[in-house]
Amino acid sequence: MLLSLAIWVPIAAGLLALAAGERNSRWVALAGAIAGFLVTIPLYTGFDAQNSGFQFQINLSWIPQFNIHYHLGVDGISLLFVLLNSFITILVVVAGWTVVESRVAQYNAAFLVMSGLLNGVFAALDAVLFYVFFEATLIPMFIIIGVWGGPNRVYAAVKFFLYTLFGSLLMLVALLYLYQKSGGSFAIVDWHKLPLELEAQKWLFFGFLFAFAVKVPMWPVHTWLPDAHTEAPTGGSVVLAAILLKLGAYGLVRFSLPMFPDAARELAWLMIALSLVAIAYIGLVTLVQTDMKRLIAYSSVSHMGFVTLGFFLFNAYGVEGGLVQMISHGFVSAALFLCIGVMYDRMHSRQISDYGGVVNTMPRFASLMMLFAMANAGLPATSGFVGEFMVIMGAMKVNFWVAAVAATTLIWGAAYTLWMYKRVIFGAVANDKVASLKDLNPRELIVLSALAAAVLFMGVYPLPFTEVMHASVNELLRHMAIPKI
Amino acid sequence: MNLAVLLDHLPAAPEMILLAGACAVMIVDLYVKSERRTLSLALAQVVLAACALTTVVVLALSGGSKYYLFHGLFIADFMSHVLKLACYLAAWAALVYSRQWLLDRGLLRGEFITLLLFALLGMMVMISASSFLTVYLGLELMSLCLYAMVALNRDSVASTEAAMKYFVLGALSSGLLLYGMSMIYGATGTLDIPQVARAVAKLSASASDRSFLVFGLVFVVAGLAFKVGVVPFHMWIPDVYHGAPTPVTLVISAGPKLAAFAMAIRLLVNGLPALAADWQQMLALLALASMALGNIVAIAQSNLKRMLAYSAIGHMGFMLLGLLSGVVDGNTRNAVDAYTAALFYALVYAIMSVGAFGMLLYLSRAGFDCENLEDMRGLNRRSPWTAFLMLLVMFSLTGVPPTAGFYAKLAVISAAVSAGYLWLAVAAVMFSLVGAFYYLRVVKLMYFDDPVDTTPLERRIGFGALLSANSLSLLLFGILPQPLMAVCFAAIIAL
Repeated sequence: MLLSLAIWVPIAAGLLALAAGERNSRWVALAGAIAGFLVTIPLYTGFDAQNSGFQFQINLSWIPQFNIHYHLGVDGISLLFVLLNSFITILVVVAGWTVVESRVAQYNAAFLVMSGLLNGVFAALDAVLFYVFFEATLIPMFIIIGVWGGPNRVYAAVKFFLYTLFGSLLMLVALLYLYQKSGGSFAIVDWHKLPLELEAQKWLFFGFLFAFAVKVPMWPVHTWLPDAHTEAPTGGSVVLAAILLKLGAYGLVRFSLPMFPDAARELAWLMIALSLVAIAYIGLVTLVQTDMKRLIAYSSVSHMGFVTLGFFLFNAYGVEGGLVQMISHGFVSAALFLCIGVMYDRMHSRQISDYGGVVNTMPRFASLMMLFAMANAGLPATSGFVGEFMVIMGAMKVNFWVAAVAATTLIWGAAYTLWMYKRVIFGAVANDKVASLKDLNPRELIVLSALAAAVLFMGVYPLPFTEVMHASVNELLRHMAIPKI
Repeated sequence: MNLAVLLDHLPAAPEMILLAGACAVMIVDLYVKSERRTLSLALAQVVLAACALTTVVVLALSGGSKYYLFHGLFIADFMSHVLKLACYLAAWAALVYSRQWLLDRGLLRGEFITLLLFALLGMMVMISASSFLTVYLGLELMSLCLYAMVALNRDSVASTEAAMKYFVLGALSSGLLLYGMSMIYGATGTLDIPQVARAVAKLSASASDRSFLVFGLVFVVAGLAFKVGVVPFHMWIPDVYHGAPTPVTLVISAGPKLAAFAMAIRLLVNGLPALAADWQQMLALLALASMALGNIVAIAQSNLKRMLAYSAIGHMGFMLLGLLSGVVDGNTRNAVDAYTAALFYALVYAIMSVGAFGMLLYLSRAGFDCENLEDMRGLNRRSPWTAFLMLLVMFSLTGVPPTAGFYAKLAVISAAVSAGYLWLAVAAVMFSLVGAFYYLRVVKLMYFDDPVDTTPLERRIGFGALLSANSLSLLLFGILPQPLMAVCFAAIIAL
């Protein structure tokens, strides 16, 4: 019931916001987003951390013809993403309060509907239900990028849509194959137990990998991300970075690892290699970006490389580290995109070279952004450190050199983030436009402070985040240790 | 004639009512002076409603059992009732949607209404055919009406050219179909479809008889492919869709496809199941070629009607995926699911197609035909609701959830996968990815661009309401597809 509310409250609020008209839609959207977040809180407080299974389940027959069920439930792996998503939605609505001027009702409606659909992806325990939510999120995001985006928005929106659709369609064939193999069941839990030959596992693994790798995005199918991020409006970038990218990684843990453990083990070298390329090579690519949003977009690819690396180490440090990194990246990248949005709203430029000495005119903003930059670089006591450290520890257990390459991110991350920060924030005031900047208004301050609190809290005291995961992650690893062939 | 005889023929009552009604409309219309043809249109709608009511009554009374009438020439089963109801709806939508368009252009004449009703009668006869003779009778009745309707605007060069092309190619395809039927008649000695099925099952055991039958089958499949409109028998589709007046395109794109689907079921599934291995192979090639050509060539079109024509070719290819997955190595375990998928696809496609062409009519006005992609520019600024309706149709054509088009694709691809045609399933999803590009372009024009043409849309309450219902049904069936799927399943299982 709670999960249904988490999905349908935002969607209903989105439709209400659409009906409320331009003027009132902001308040309706804010109320809807807050209500959406409030209904997810009992999920956390009522969650039994000792139980590795799915909780808050609801299972109704939906399309008996194909034995498709409206089956929802969360375990320790998916729970936090539902909360993260509902939390970020509030910030997105607030962040777009005065910035979005045209078609406000449609803007708010698109975000709220997407928020509900995203909760659906994380809560779905039926493969078709998962697929429906997974695909349906494309529609609002396509509209968000295309309508409220930058000058090159059409290219970015179409590229985003076609790239992700390509991946998901191959996954659809894989889903249908599993449906046949399992004797007519779309239940994810049934598929976890389904024995499969190695050959079939490998094909299916690749079928799913296309969908998830595009979403993560993994190198070399990441090229849609910088375009989409650069052209999307601030709110779009935030949701894209904080939540949409997590769908791919979540899919890997929910489908690929438990369903095809033997193929995952066989192909781990490939996944680790791709992850390391993302970490090291994309780290270098990030360094040379001149557009701030592009820079953060590339840094997202690099950070998500840590997530996929963690998953394919097959130990508790790696998997949990990957999950923690996903949550942390949700906070940090959202915050950084919001920071860039704050500057862009004032200067209408994302080029690093147009800035310099912002600290002189926006001290409060500069100090908050400092925190987020540090978190992005993975400094201890910020959330960015926890996940990366856990993954590197996990990698060290597997192979020294993998860990060594992964650890270079501490250098690249610090280099590109802090160098950008230095060029934008420090130094002498670059031009008159910078000189006339006004510091954060209360609305922006609230949004960024909320994220700052989250980043610090998670960095200093990650236990509330990790403790709910333990049981589910251990169960996953135990399940994976048994060959399915 | 006593009451018992009358009741015996009750399952054919919708056809009789429609025939009488169409004649009545034809005569009444001679006395209608008004340009608006209110009386004729009202009468036509009453006739449609009466047909629908009778069909529902027949359906309720027969409860899904089969009835053979007129010495086995005519069959009334669950599938025929379902398809007929869909055809009434399509015809009704065509009447409501085209009225203003035709009136503005001085084309709202009795011919349109009468021909539409007679074409509908042809479709119904095709749907209920249980003999090669009835199949052909219905087909010709429908086709001749449609040829004339395409040329409705006789002063338009494009229309008359399209009508000529349609007629010549249609006649050729009818010839092919007849030739194939005569071969099978020669081998089996009967025109009655159930008897053909029994005879073929016996004959196909011997190799020489089988090759004779397959020779005939090739022509039957070619004739069918013409009517369904799949590659390489698709040439008429783009020209006819483009050249015909938009209301006629709407008519051609929905009902006749359903009738052609019924014809495929009657001829192939009911009549020649023993040759399934052969015709499935042929359909696989047709399906692959249609999905490829339809989706790729549609990208190059700047005219929406032409684009939708190529999209129709692609979609019929998808529909064939269901038809060709029924029998695996002589095993029919998969058949019900596969044909259900195809029927579901055909019905959903008809809804989408009527919605898309209805939208073109809705956006047209006196002196302006909305038929180019450019005309969709900035629709979201002119009318957000209209743009949303079109968005639903486009995403449904693409096959993105939560729209009905997704379940249609899911069902046929699932059928192909369970029949072991994995390569066909992968090809299908790849071509639907290609298709996504041009459907997205329409959405892009509507939402991302600014309008060039800022004339406010005319408010037409009845039209708008029906069009909204039409598009929203795609969303409704996208969220709750079960009722429609269950109906399709019941229709196929009762075959």
